[in-house]
Order: sequence, then C-alpha cells, then structure tokens
Amino acid sequence: MKIGIPRAFLYYKYHVLWETFFEELGIEYIVSPKTNKELMREGTALAIDEACLPHKIYLGHVNYLIDKCDYIFVPRIATLGGTKDIVCSRFQAIYDLVKNTYREKNLKLLYYSIDILNKDTELKAFLKMGKFLGKNKAQVLKAYYIAKQAEKTTKLIELNEQRKNLESEKLKILVISHPYNIYDEYIGRPVLDTLKELNCVPILGCVVESKKAREEARIISKTLPWTFNKELVGAISLYKDKVDGIILVSAFPCGPDSLVNEMIMRRLKDKPIITLVLDAQEGTAGMETRLESFIDIIRIKEERDYEKELQN
Amino acid sequence: MKKNCKISFPRFGNYNIAIEILMKQGLECDYIDAPLTTKKTLEIGTKYSPDFVCTPFKYQLGGYIEAIEAGANTLIQVGGPCRLGYYGELHEQILKDLGYDVNFINMAEADFAKPLTFYNEFKKINPKLNLKKVTSTLLLVVKVVEKIDKIEDFIRQNVGFEVHNGDFDSIHKDFLAELKTIKNKKELNETYKKYMSKLKKVKTNKPEHPLQVGFIGEYYTIMDPYSNHHMEKELAKKGIVIKRWMNITNSFFNAPEKEIKKSIKNYAKYDMGATSMYTIKSALDYAKEGFDGIIHLKSFGCTPEIDAMPVLQKIAEDYKIPIIYFSFDSQTSDVGINTRIEAFYDMIMMRKEKK
Repeated sequence: MKIGIPRAFLYYKYHVLWETFFEELGIEYIVSPKTNKELMREGTALAIDEACLPHKIYLGHVNYLIDKCDYIFVPRIATLGGTKDIVCSRFQAIYDLVKNTYREKNLKLLYYSIDILNKDTELKAFLKMGKFLGKNKAQVLKAYYIAKQAEKTTKLIELNEQRKNLESEKLKILVISHPYNIYDEYIGRPVLDTLKELNCVPILGCVVESKKAREEARIISKTLPWTFNKELVGAISLYKDKVDGIILVSAFPCGPDSLVNEMIMRRLKDKPIITLVLDAQEGTAGMETRLESFIDIIRIKEERDYEKELQN
Repeated sequence: MKKNCKISFPRFGNYNIAIEILMKQGLECDYIDAPLTTKKTLEIGTKYSPDFVCTPFKYQLGGYIEAIEAGANTLIQVGGPCRLGYYGELHEQILKDLGYDVNFINMAEADFAKPLTFYNEFKKINPKLNLKKVTSTLLLVVKVVEKIDKIEDFIRQNVGFEVHNGDFDSIHKDFLAELKTIKNKKELNETYKKYMSKLKKVKTNKPEHPLQVGFIGEYYTIMDPYSNHHMEKELAKKGIVIKRWMNITNSFFNAPEKEIKKSIKNYAKYDMGATSMYTIKSALDYAKEGFDGIIHLKSFGCTPEIDAMPVLQKIAEDYKIPIIYFSFDSQTSDVGINTRIEAFYDMIMMRKEKK
C-alpha cells in the first residue's frame, strides 16, 4: 500500500508527525513535489473561483497524486479545543470537498478527523487510522508516540535556530503567516528570499511555543476564535521587542486573516508593520518593491534614532 | 455604565423587532431603531472595513455608525458560528478608533455552554436587571421570531400571485407595526391570527402547478433582504412560489443537527462548517420535491458556502435541477443581478413547458 501526501495546507504543520507515523508502521508514502506553476494552474481549474489561494494549491497537489498511489491522505480538523479554539472551516470541510470534487473518479482517501469539542482527540484519530491501515493497537500506539517525539524534537530544533537568528546583528523582520503560505515554494518562499537578499533575517511567527503563544494571544484579543491565528498573534507579542519590523503575509481572500490582520494593524502601534497579500498574479516584482521600500524606511528610521541618541 | 442607555442593533431583516421587545420589556432600556439599510450604509461600512472581509461585516459596521448618529449610545453584536464570531471585537475597535464613545456589548464574550455568561453580558446593559423579566421576555421573543418567520414564509409563497399589487406588502407592514406593541403571548397570538387570516383572504390567482424556486445560502445575506437586493421579491413577482428553509426559527431555535447530518450523508460525511449543512440539506430537499430551480446566495469569500458549492453541483447533476449562484460584495450592481435572474427565469420557464 502506498500513501500520497499533498504538500499543502496542514502538511506544513504536521508533516513530521505524519511521515514518522507512516515510517514507523512500515507504510510507504510519497509527497507531492514543491508547488510550481503547473500544479497551481491545475488546482485553480479544479477549485471554485472564490476559494483561497492555498486551497487552489491544495487541489493541485491532490490532483498530482492521482494514479501515483493507493490512497491520498486528506485529514480534517474541526476543533482544537472549546468553542474558542476553532480552525478555518475549510479544514473542517476538506475531506468532503475533495470527495465531491472527484466524485466521478471515486478517489480512495486515507483520513482522520480531529474534533476536540466532540472528544475526537488526535490520539483517537490516529488509532482509528492505524486500525484502517491494518495495524494492531500496540503497533499504532508506539508509532504515534514516536511520531509525537519526533514532532517535539523538530520543534525544539526550529526554536533553537530561531533563537540564534534573533541574536543576529542584521535587521530582523518578523514574518507573520500561516506555514502553508510562507513555506510554499511558489507563493511564500519568494518573500523570505527577498528579505534575505535585502540583508535581513526573517523571524518566523509560526516557529513559536504554541501553548505560550495561544495564552499570550488572549491578552491581545479576547474573543479571537481561531487557534492557528492565536499562535501567530501570540508570536507577535513574544517576538516584537526583538525585531525591527513586522510583515503580515496573507493569501487572498483568507477569511480569518481578513479580520485578524486588521485587528493587529489597529492594536500594534510601536513597530513598523505592513501587510502583504499573496494572490495568483504572476511575477514577484510588486512584492519585491514593497519589501524594499519597507526595509529602507526601517533603516532610515533606525539611523535617525541612533543619531538622536548620540546627540543626547 | 452610561445613564439613559439607548441601545441599538444594525438592521437584519425584520428581526430587529424581536431585539427591540427584548431590550424594552426585558432589560427595560430605550431602544433606538437603526435607520433602514441603504446604499449609504454599505458605503460607510466599506470605507472603514478591511478590504476582503465578508459583506455582512460592512453592512453591520455601516449600520452601527448610522445607529450612533440616530442617537444610540449602546450597541450589541450577537456573534455567530463563523467569522461572525469575531466581528464584534473588531467592530468595537474600529468604532473606538473613529472616535465614537459608545458601550459595545459583544455576545461573543459569553459562552454558549454556560448560559449564565449571557446573563452577565445583559447585566452590562442594565445592572439592576430583573432575571425573571429577562427570562420571560426571552421566551416571548422566541415566539415573536417564530411568528415573523411564519408570516414571511406565507408571503413568500403567495406574493407572486396577488391580483391587486401591494396587498401582501401592506398587511405585512401593519403586522410588523403591531408586533412592536405586544406585551405578552396572548397578544402575540391574537396579532398573529388576525394578520394570518388577513393574508389568507388576499385575492390571488395561483395556478395549480406554479413554478417553485428554493432559496439557500449564507445566514446573513439570505435573511437580510437588503443584502440580497430583495431578490426573493423580485423573483416572486414573476409568478413564482419561493421557499426558504433558512430562518432563525429553523436554523437557531430548532436546529435538528443530527437529522440533517443523516439526511445528507450521501453528499457529506462531516459537518463542513457554519451553515453549509443547512445549505446542502435545503438544496437536497428542494431537488427531491421537484422544484424548478434553486438560488444560492452568499457574500463574497464566504468560506463554508464556497465549500458547499462542489456538493451543490453534484446535487444539481443527480436531480437535474438548475442551481444559480450569486455572490454579493460592495460592488454588486442591481443590473448585473437582474440580467442573470432574467436568464434564470427564462430557463426554468422553458424547462417547465417542455415537461
């Protein structure tokens, strides 16, 4: 049996967990390639026009995997806690979305469902999936715990790396973005590459101690319901004093980001900040120009502040 | 807490009457009727809203500002299952940044699992609140909403066939005016009966097998006639029976989640979020009942409704029923809508004649 994993959406948050789990169970898997123009074009043709950019990309990756594996892996998440710990409804719908989009092909999907509000925990979800894969409970439990360990270790390494970056002498720019946008080769990577070319160090908002960030977010915004956005909002308050500027990167027309980024812009007053909306337009020239002028402004401002300090 | 609390809520169909009764009788405070929604409301709302937020956010923000200008000093946001749940905090922030000094009661701060937290929110409006009075008024308000929904269901199905233009509208108007004055269940029932019998007496020329169209879609846009450019009425005028399952009674008070989930299981294994299940269920019901067409309404970018669309396309295929999709934003023009509605009407008419 061969599993196909779409390199999109939740992949960027959970790929260590998924890949280790399958490896431990001795199940073969492939991951779709990095997003390219062709994948995006195909996904766009499959999706409803108004759907968000990462959703179009997701469908492109699913499409790539057809006929290359036995099952395509499409897990869903409904809630990650109480009524104030939800996810964008697209993650709730994703299984049925793919099913309906490809009804005629009758795609075989491997999936799990996490719905903490209704007591469907991650552990339960993985146990169920393991059973479907024909493994016994002990095997599945072991694989799950090893996968969790691997997930934790990877997070620690990432946090360590980030800590080092925070000590850099260069200009540090906090990039606030869902991992599936910023890590995507086609839409998000160019932003990070541009920052590096401008001699800046990108600090990633999605690399943060999740629990701490979520608690921190409550202080900034009391009724914010989306867990993934909470982690990003919390990251701002944990990192902002250590960086020179902040970029809010969102993909058109992200529902949660449309409100949350506006709230951040209104409540954060003490740091240079801009928003960058990724859309399906080709070419990165517009984005590069905006980043360049943003970085210029920060550098000029910091020089002035430094001169003032000298005068006093 | 300010003295002389003057409370308001942006226009939302005719449900403001229920809120007015709750505020006046239950919480014993003044209620300011928000001005009727106009193009201006949306313009004001759009000006101060984030770019790609869904349209209801813009309507409501415009509505709040117009209510403040009409004298309100306390505003309520009720929240909801999707992005609506986060509207309140951002509305409040934007109004504050604009310099409006108002109380903002955000029901999203309460927790549905703990009813007492709602009581605490109400207490912010009137600290001397009488719990008994609030509870009994709340129960009355539920009934008020049910009656509004029943009356409007009847009108929707018959207004297209009135012999004398405007009969239904004028009775509807009188009903709503009288509804504002009711004090208890008995008065409510009397008012309801009186107007229902008036409506039933209106002269109509309904054919034996009229065209039937079902309306489905996103919570706010479908229930607020201004938000959907009065599409139901426009279509009904052509001699069509309009049906719409989605209203507050069905989706909020009754909400038979489990049954719905079961009834649509061939199309969706899981709840696809917010009102998507209701949309799918209604479409399936209308398709099975042999309706002539279905109209899907939503605001631009509404995620759960976008995700319901691939399912709706399958239902359309399976039951050979035409479905037309409308997406509303601040740029939507009447002309564009009317052209598409005309074409849709011609199509279902021709299909009917062929049968």
